[in-house]
Amino acid sequence: MMRPARSHPLWLAFVLHRISGLALALFLPLHFWVLAKALTAPAQLDAFLRLTDNPAVKLAEFGLVFLLAVHFFGGLRLLALELLPWPARHKTLAAAAVALAFFVSGTFFLEAI
Amino acid sequence: MVAEAQNLKVSVWRGTGETGEFETFDVPSRESQTVLDVVSWIQQQADPTLTYRFACRVGMCGSCAMMVNGIPRWTCRTHVKKVSENNTLRIEPLRNMPVIKDLVADMDPFFDKWVSAEALHHPTSTRNDAITPVDATTPERQAADAGIECINCGICYAACDTVAGNPDYLGPAALQRAWTLLNDAKDGGRIAILDAVSGSGGCHNCHSMGSCTRYCPNELDPMSAIAGLKRETFRHALRRKRDA
Repeated sequence: MMRPARSHPLWLAFVLHRISGLALALFLPLHFWVLAKALTAPAQLDAFLRLTDNPAVKLAEFGLVFLLAVHFFGGLRLLALELLPWPARHKTLAAAAVALAFFVSGTFFLEAI
Repeated sequence: MVAEAQNLKVSVWRGTGETGEFETFDVPSRESQTVLDVVSWIQQQADPTLTYRFACRVGMCGSCAMMVNGIPRWTCRTHVKKVSENNTLRIEPLRNMPVIKDLVADMDPFFDKWVSAEALHHPTSTRNDAITPVDATTPERQAADAGIECINCGICYAACDTVAGNPDYLGPAALQRAWTLLNDAKDGGRIAILDAVSGSGGCHNCHSMGSCTRYCPNELDPMSAIAGLKRETFRHALRRKRDA
């Protein structure tokens, strides 16, 4: 098996950022369409919201939150990389600090709801 | 006498221009054998019509770069035992460049982009002026020093997927040289460089995939140099707007 020239962490980070961005772009119109049902067809919205009790839908929601988080932090990483003239190690530490803060506050939020 | 290890199966790209195919050679395995040794053995012992490029054999000239098992490398500094997989090697001309013949890539587009990126010296004084002192301790000089060991081998350019997707993209090597000149106290082309690297094929095309930095045999960091250009062009655009 020949390795492609690109199997290294930063290239994979690029692919993850691009795929999560595309997936979120596809998700957003659907999301707004469902939210619009609150005004145009409340009964349909309620029926849809009951669907979210299904474990499979919960799992899909976890996937969405993951995509959002990974795109958010990937974006912060790129902004830091391209706009801040810091050494690479400091950028890693900063990204790790934000990720940790997100993990702690996100866990707290999930427990709270 | 120690028995020779089994032969290497070496697939070599053969062809002129856009057409070609792999040809497989059996090459005797040797101790401390480089990929360039393998290519030279084929040319000297199996097929004298094989075309390839090399000069110094010690990683100084940058002319023997090829794709080895899909990864751009200096063949002279690449040991077979480190890159062969099940005693096989696949050797191709550098990616992202037109092929002249066999393993020889046409580097004209690569060098043309150095000129397009204004990655050439812009003199600030004549021979009659005193020599501008260079302070090695300034952050600008250190940023320039970090990139000046580039020997134009084209490996970063071959590794770059952004070049593969956009043939107008100037590429990591030209942009890194533009960055070193931007930080050079003796270079007077600041505005010309910033304009050249912020055009449609400029530094803002870079997706920071980092293959240039990952595969540079001189361990340079073109990705960070391009990030520096992004910062400077951004700052320059803001300043220009404010001064307008």
